[in-house]
Amino acid sequence: MSSKASKFDLVISGVGGQGAILASDIIGKSAVLENYNVRAAETHGMAQRGGSVVNHVRIGCDLGSMIPLKGADCLLALEPVEALRYIDSLADDGVVIMNTEAVHPVTVTTGKAEYPDVESIVAELRKTHRVIAFNATEKAAEAGSRQAMNVVLVGAVSNFLPIKTETLLERVKEMVPPKTIDTNVKAFEMGRSMVE
Amino acid sequence: MNTREYMLGNVAIARGIVEGGGRVISGYPGTPSSEIVDTLSKMKERDFYVEWSVNEKVAMEVATGAAMTGVRSVVTMKHVGLNVAADPLMTLSYMGVKGGMVVIVADDPGCHSSQNEQDTRKYSEFSLMPCLDPSTPQEAKDMIPYAFELSEKFELPVIFRPTTRISHGKADIELGEITEHRVQAKFEKDTSRWVMVPSNAVVRHPHLLSIQDGIREELEISPWNELTIKEDSKIGVIAAGIASVYAKEAIENLGVSASYLKIGAYPVPEGLIKKMYEQVDTVLVIEELEPIVEDRCKIIAKDMESSVKIIGKTDGTVPRVGELNVDHCVKALADVFEIESGLPEIKEIEMELPPRPPAMCAGCSHRATYYAMKKVFGKNAVFPSDIGCYTLGIQNGTVDTTLCMGASIPVASGIYHSGEKQPICCSIGDSTFFHTGMNGLLNAVYNKANITVAILDNRITAMTGHQPNPGMGLTSTGEVTKEINLEQLCHGLGAEFVEVVDSFDVKATIEAFKRAKDYEGTSVIISKQPCIIYARRTGVRLTPFKVDHDKCVGCRMCVNLGCPAIEFDKETKKSTINTTCTGCGLCAEVCKFDAIKEVQK
Ligand SMILES: Cc1ncc(C[n+]2csc(CCOP(=O)(O)OP(=O)(O)O)c2C)c(N)n1
Ligand code: SF4
Ligand code: SF4
Repeated sequence: MSSKASKFDLVISGVGGQGAILASDIIGKSAVLENYNVRAAETHGMAQRGGSVVNHVRIGCDLGSMIPLKGADCLLALEPVEALRYIDSLADDGVVIMNTEAVHPVTVTTGKAEYPDVESIVAELRKTHRVIAFNATEKAAEAGSRQAMNVVLVGAVSNFLPIKTETLLERVKEMVPPKTIDTNVKAFEMGRSMVE
Repeated sequence: MNTREYMLGNVAIARGIVEGGGRVISGYPGTPSSEIVDTLSKMKERDFYVEWSVNEKVAMEVATGAAMTGVRSVVTMKHVGLNVAADPLMTLSYMGVKGGMVVIVADDPGCHSSQNEQDTRKYSEFSLMPCLDPSTPQEAKDMIPYAFELSEKFELPVIFRPTTRISHGKADIELGEITEHRVQAKFEKDTSRWVMVPSNAVVRHPHLLSIQDGIREELEISPWNELTIKEDSKIGVIAAGIASVYAKEAIENLGVSASYLKIGAYPVPEGLIKKMYEQVDTVLVIEELEPIVEDRCKIIAKDMESSVKIIGKTDGTVPRVGELNVDHCVKALADVFEIESGLPEIKEIEMELPPRPPAMCAGCSHRATYYAMKKVFGKNAVFPSDIGCYTLGIQNGTVDTTLCMGASIPVASGIYHSGEKQPICCSIGDSTFFHTGMNGLLNAVYNKANITVAILDNRITAMTGHQPNPGMGLTSTGEVTKEINLEQLCHGLGAEFVEVVDSFDVKATIEAFKRAKDYEGTSVIISKQPCIIYARRTGVRLTPFKVDHDKCVGCRMCVNLGCPAIEFDKETKKSTINTTCTGCGLCAEVCKFDAIKEVQK
């Protein structure tokens, strides 16, 4: 069950450097423009060097930024293992939107740990939740740049947010580097169409 | 006009400094405080002075000097920075200020990016300076102008203590007016105030104590404390700082009725606490880190011979370590109300997930230096280290100790003087060397420590978000200034063996380390190569590398460097270099089979 203190609770997880902060900024800024109070918590600092990162975005909330356990309405994961790592933050009736493109941590590249099979991660998540899984990195590449993966996922989650699509799209245009606007708009729309 | 903006807590704090008329702002970077000075430094129009100082003690003293002249000043740092600045702090409270001075110290409950989780509110008790403890980014911004005024009223600096969730939280912020307050700086000579010799100090100490009641009364009625009495309940909740919003959400979620006191300023509001005691028989105190409010509550209850029961950290109901959250508060409240918490059951994730610790970036120059260092000194050598991106070398076996900033060289000296037989090579970053490393080197040379010091000069303060330092020839605002020459500086500190190498020239670096190791006495290697992340931001592009799979024998030599760009395919037993390669060339240097080459354009 999601919290009464907030209208929509979103957890965004990923790997430092993937653009989780831009994703939460686009959403947070849009929500404020639609007159919601917003509270967000971000990972800055040490973990940004390729570590596991997680952001909380609470739309329509004027208390703290940390979403209670099993309180999130949606878990947006930029990386498969990072979806499973934060599944405890998602409400039982919440939805997972995830990128299936794996980023191997050094523990895996140096052979100290194994990276699980992505399909079995998705299957594991499906046991308990509705899961929308697709390769957002490939979609971004199709749109023009792998870097736009975060915006593909913002497009996908836009189907669930209590925010108008135009408001989000305007923020995308405003917040990405000017040269990449077309790519990012395309990325957003591709992501949006991934959810029926 | 819409004055509501979505911003980072630290950006809101910077805005608060502008609204409050801060004139001189100094700081030393440290997560989660750095973006305050970063934001002020990047502002295009500025009617204030801002600097990155070389360490927190220096920063505190710069802000003190400014406040002596009557202008408003701010110093920023992370919690452990206040240990470095504790010396000026403790006497500054005797001396006091003329212009308002705010000491911003960001705490990091849960050690997200820190070596400990000390509680700055203890320094407030210790120094007798009042402390403001925001519960939201909005309050954080609003507290700054208030803090300037409070500070001027009592001629005492005010400590302002955000935590990670405030500083690195984002929220919609209602902007305020920028004050008209302008004071012409004027240093007025007054030895009784500004010269803390014993005869003046013994006068100022009782003065400091005498103003405490006034401060408490002023804070008692401040907007930062808030009391709601519930006449239908015998239970009260007292929650401080950010824990107050968690507690509020928990009360709402559980649907219980409790009197509620939010505390946002110290010394604590004794009057409000006493009022709560008149209504309730049990009080649950919720605060992050140390039981400061809790202890005060107990003392107040004892003084008024109240039988109210105070529950909190001492009895284990509220955790004393780490960050708090809504779930902790729900659990504590459920315990006190003797009801079901209704907290969800959390199942263990059945699949084993690979840990994802932070790692040095692909092409980080520190990796190359560490490789050369380890090659020369061997894995049995002792490698004391310091704090910075290079601490991530813990994965490479070249970080044996990390205590606090600047400790690497003295710790190495101590290990040497104890009679340790293994060779000793310590590592320290450029910013850390300027911060407190210099004294350590001076001491090592002076006391004849036979050690090698590697200064990992990546030309920037990387870990905290790429702030300039004295070695760069740039100030915080990007103005060109004297570039401090590390080599000359080391010579100036007495070191006779000082060699500068290019970190990416692995062969030359190895040779230099060999000479340094053989040298009797304190030898210094300055390994120089800009942080690749910063270099790329300024347009530098090196040619990436790739593995020739015909030549790769799967020996894993390159993989063991721990570069995130190198992956190993278990099936084919060959290394591959992915798109994140930045072209440092270290792996090509390491490969014995000549299998790694620059990508041909
Ligand atoms: C007393 C204190 N102040 C600040 C910090 C925060 N901090 C951690 S590492 C670091 C600086 C690192 O810069 P440098 O030594 O140049 O190494 P780099 O990260 O660039 O490799 C700082 C300021 C701290 N840990 N302790
Ligand atoms: S930010 Fe720079 S110094 Fe830090 S790990 Fe990355 S490359 Fe190395
Ligand atoms: S050249 Fe080799 S070690 Fe350097 S960044 Fe590329 S893959 Fe990593």
